Amino acid sequence: MSTRFLEILGAWLLAIIWVLPLLYAVWTAFHPAEFATSFTLMAPLTLDNFRHAWDAAPFARYFINTTMLVTLILVAQFLVCTPAAFAFARLDFPGRDTVFAVVLVQLMVMPDVLLTGNYRTMAQLGLVDTILSIALPYLGSAFGIFLLRQTFRQIPQALDDAARLEGCTLMGRLWRVYVPLAKPTYIAYGLVSVSYHWNNFLWPLVITNSVNTRPLTVGLSVFASTDQGIDWSIITAATLMTSAPLLVAFLLFQRQFVQSFMRAGIR
Amino acid sequence: MRRETVQGWLLILPALLLLVAFTHWPAATTLLDSFYATPKGSRPPRFVGLENYLDLLDDPVFWIALRNNAIYALWTIPASVILALVMALAVNTAIPGRALARMAYFTPTMLPMIAVANIWLFFFTPDYGLFDHVIGVFGGGRHNWLGDRDTALPAMIVVAVWKEAGFFMIFYLAALQAMPPDLKECAALEGSSRWNFFRRVTLPLLMPTTLFVLVNAVINAFRLVDHVVVMTHGGPDNATNLLLYYIYQAGFRFWDTALAATLTVVLLFLLGMLAWFQFGVLGKRVHYR
Repeated sequence: MSTRFLEILGAWLLAIIWVLPLLYAVWTAFHPAEFATSFTLMAPLTLDNFRHAWDAAPFARYFINTTMLVTLILVAQFLVCTPAAFAFARLDFPGRDTVFAVVLVQLMVMPDVLLTGNYRTMAQLGLVDTILSIALPYLGSAFGIFLLRQTFRQIPQALDDAARLEGCTLMGRLWRVYVPLAKPTYIAYGLVSVSYHWNNFLWPLVITNSVNTRPLTVGLSVFASTDQGIDWSIITAATLMTSAPLLVAFLLFQRQFVQSFMRAGIR
Repeated sequence: MRRETVQGWLLILPALLLLVAFTHWPAATTLLDSFYATPKGSRPPRFVGLENYLDLLDDPVFWIALRNNAIYALWTIPASVILALVMALAVNTAIPGRALARMAYFTPTMLPMIAVANIWLFFFTPDYGLFDHVIGVFGGGRHNWLGDRDTALPAMIVVAVWKEAGFFMIFYLAALQAMPPDLKECAALEGSSRWNFFRRVTLPLLMPTTLFVLVNAVINAFRLVDHVVVMTHGGPDNATNLLLYYIYQAGFRFWDTALAATLTVVLLFLLGMLAWFQFGVLGKRVHYR
């Protein structure tokens, strides 16, 4: 009984420690600066910090950039990885296993590390400081191909054969049999991909240098480092603002998020 | 040629082109670059053989970054993996407020590292920040957490663990929920203690998950430097400089392509060795069901 009680206490203590930094940030963002480090229940609530932050930097533009970036990556990854995963899962052709090994190399050698090599390629293509250049290194995703291949392999061959007998073409079978049946995997991969690229920072920092291409993360770091001095209330407000869409989506669809991340992790 | 061969190659072609163009090709050009000196002006780069590597051996900052990265990895990997397991075990039992606790653990994962860095930057601020406030209550003095060479790297480690543990918890939780409940009933009938059951049954069954989580933790220990960019810029005096951050500095602050390329090759070599160790050595000892 007492060990049980201690366990619950421990679990709760850990949860409180874990959530405290975030609660503290929320407190700072919603109160005037003079209450940033003094906690009184009567402290007035305010949205001024958010208003100041919104006016002080082109956050609307950054939101548009990030949305465009995330959408572009998601759609392109879907179109690029689906056929490849299908070929690896269900077609038999010479060189398949070698190429699959070549693809899997990317799981360890990520584009995030190849900053200088990719920068030069983008410069040669004349794409530096475009949203396309932020997205390009991530479009052929080894993780996406691997995940979809695993899913496609578990779909009963009989369904495929039935569609073939009905006269369905290869692309028709992929589109009408495999893609609909893999929907949970698509949702899982989609959530992982969106949250990864919404939060990605180093490569966008390197390849962008103007307001019209910067995603939110880079915009936030520029804002926090140069414009604001040390007005923590405003910086915290800006920080919460940029994380809000993902955070709110997560809180609303918690179960789906958690299950999606689980699904993406089970091999 | 067979029809299926043509179809197969056509289907993988777009993905393969993109992968090769932005992963294998830059890796290859980086390797080549590491044998050439940084070009000066418009003259073509000069072939220098292994000179860049020899220079690297004499570069004190490289050794500091390597050492920092080793310390960073040796703390963040075990700390986040063990905490993730503890969290998963905690919310896998029927404790009151289980959903709330799970949410508390997982929420940092959804935040961009940049946002996390901004929030923690505030905590670590001398005088004004939360840490100094708490210490002040207990009679402690002010401390410049990020400005002190002894506390800056530990501060980076704390931030990384806070961000990562909840993410890894999800995978442990998935594995725990997939475990057949009759195992536990058997053990209870046999009179096995809980600790014994955990050590002899749960932990071995979790090994594949642990391997997966470890691979991710290792990659992150070398990939996740966003908070260094925002919080310390590698300082003070390179105390928080990590390999990838040094690559970023060399490539885009000093514009020293030879140094950046050589460092990248070293980092890729390290990642390759670690991958080989994890899959070749550890992977063989993991029992898959």
